[in-house]
Amino acid sequence: MAEFLNERRMSLAIALALLAVPLMAEWLGNSFYTTLATRAAILALAGVGLNIALGSGGLISLGHAAFFGIGGYAVGIIASHHQAYEPLMTWPLTIAATNQMPVLWLVAILASGLAALMIGALSLRTSGVYFIMITLAFAQMIYYFAVSWPAYGGQDGLSIYVRDGFPGLNTLRPLDFFLLCYAVLMVVLALVRMISGARFGAMLEAVRQNPARVAALGLSPFRIRLVAFVLSGMVTGLAGALYADLNRFVSPSMLSWHMSGEIMVFVILGGAGRLFGPVAGACIYVLFEHVFGGVSDYWQFFLGALLLGVVLFARGGLIGLAAGRARHD
Amino acid sequence: MTFALFTEQILNGLQLGVMLFLMAAGLTLIFGVMGLINLAHGSLFMVGGFVCAAVAVWSGSFWLGLAASLVASAAAGALVEIAVIRRLYDRDHLDQVLATFALVLMFSEATRFVFGSSPLYLNPPAMLSGPVMLPGGIAYPAYRLAIIVAGLLVAGGLGLLINRTRLGVRIRAGEADREMISALGIDIRTLYTIVFALGAALAGFAGALVGAIQSVEVGMGEPVLILAFVVIVIGGIGSIRGALIASVIVGVVDTMGRFLLPDLLSGMMDAASARGTGAAIASMLIYVLMALVLIVKPRGLFPAHG
Repeated sequence: MAEFLNERRMSLAIALALLAVPLMAEWLGNSFYTTLATRAAILALAGVGLNIALGSGGLISLGHAAFFGIGGYAVGIIASHHQAYEPLMTWPLTIAATNQMPVLWLVAILASGLAALMIGALSLRTSGVYFIMITLAFAQMIYYFAVSWPAYGGQDGLSIYVRDGFPGLNTLRPLDFFLLCYAVLMVVLALVRMISGARFGAMLEAVRQNPARVAALGLSPFRIRLVAFVLSGMVTGLAGALYADLNRFVSPSMLSWHMSGEIMVFVILGGAGRLFGPVAGACIYVLFEHVFGGVSDYWQFFLGALLLGVVLFARGGLIGLAAGRARHD
Repeated sequence: MTFALFTEQILNGLQLGVMLFLMAAGLTLIFGVMGLINLAHGSLFMVGGFVCAAVAVWSGSFWLGLAASLVASAAAGALVEIAVIRRLYDRDHLDQVLATFALVLMFSEATRFVFGSSPLYLNPPAMLSGPVMLPGGIAYPAYRLAIIVAGLLVAGGLGLLINRTRLGVRIRAGEADREMISALGIDIRTLYTIVFALGAALAGFAGALVGAIQSVEVGMGEPVLILAFVVIVIGGIGSIRGALIASVIVGVVDTMGRFLLPDLLSGMMDAASARGTGAAIASMLIYVLMALVLIVKPRGLFPAHG
């Protein structure tokens, strides 16, 4: 079984299945499942972001909701200016708001990258359990800021009345928006694969395994980790931007520590450090939520039980269970 | 702003600090002895609040509720330790975070299933329900003052327990070298269960006391848990003394920031935006404090080991 179900074949199968579901749903005329698949693709992207820090870098960040939420709020804030026909700022120069996704994504990536740079620079001074608590604390700081800052909705969040546009696509059609999110996910996965195969990926792997030796080679483990953390935050921020447009709503709940925990769950359910681990994990999560959420109001209890089972008994996640241990070559 | 109001806010800050200490002491003890990061500590806080509220309503006695909450949270802690936590001591921090996050989900949903989604309300005991007059003619709620006193007594008791008793010697030995003390014939598994149940009882105690000030609801422990993490980062992990000092600092800074900042800013802008901006900055203040401590002393103000 391990021969047949190797990691590469499983990855391909997951990618095709995620694409097939909405195509099938549209063919059957039920776009509900398209939205569900879009949600899975976006959450997978958030997980792919965390996986750069967590899986490849061994950095246990419990604060990635911060980047997810900042990406979301970047879109929400610009959209709120755009729908009110207000410029974003008037001094020192006038900047008009936009509803074009490529620009919004760029802003979201830059904003979450900047936040990751600041949070990373502080929290990477420490390690281990300190790092977990500090990333969690800084994310909570941004959460409280969003709750108590009245200018952009505060506790109630912000609505985006019309989904932002993308040149050449009608993003209001569920299938178009899904294909856009799916394409973004695949492009990012390809980039992550490229990076992990390149010099930087090798350095990051080395830092995770033996930082002292990396330092002895004259490289700075701090800098390598910081770059990985920033990249990780950027990808999760991009996912937040897409999530805002999917729901046409952003609220502080995107920044809450439950979100951080859930993003980590995507990575772990699928298998940490595997390229497609977060994709598998997010698909399982969305499926689980859909199936059990329909049966019981208390479905998160069963999610907790599943997670506990995976942690205690199946440490490689789903891909690990099916494809055997990760090859470290 | 009067002197009386100022003193009242300082006392409120002290009261928050004492609460945070009860949480942080358990967390830091569990980390120091067993090397475990426990996200479910906030759930034990919640168990304390719910059991106290439920038993107080059922029996009509706050004190019975308080006693029941101590027993219930210690029992819940011991049960969770034996069923799950025990398997996590040899695992890395990631597994500990995930497993205890799973426990948070299960505790929250189970509590919601039993008690429903709407919050419970718990009244302070009759003898503590009025204000007391402090020297200087300041009226302060007796119940909040009692929380401060109770918290300080527990802090003192915990210090005595750890420094002056046989169990305390074992706990400190467990922090220093766990193989050695099991080689000396001490049942380390039981010791771990006792330490975990002790931490759980402290959290449950805090939850029950706070329940009479705030509402008792699902998820009430999580903001406190994260504040307790901030306390531990500032105080230095594994240090009870550091946890006490940092708790008081965090409690007072947070309360005074919320109290003073809107006033300070109202000199610079109109009242409404001063209130909004002040509240937003005040909510970030203790995290900024944490960042500053990290820059100056990455291992906290009072690191326990080296």
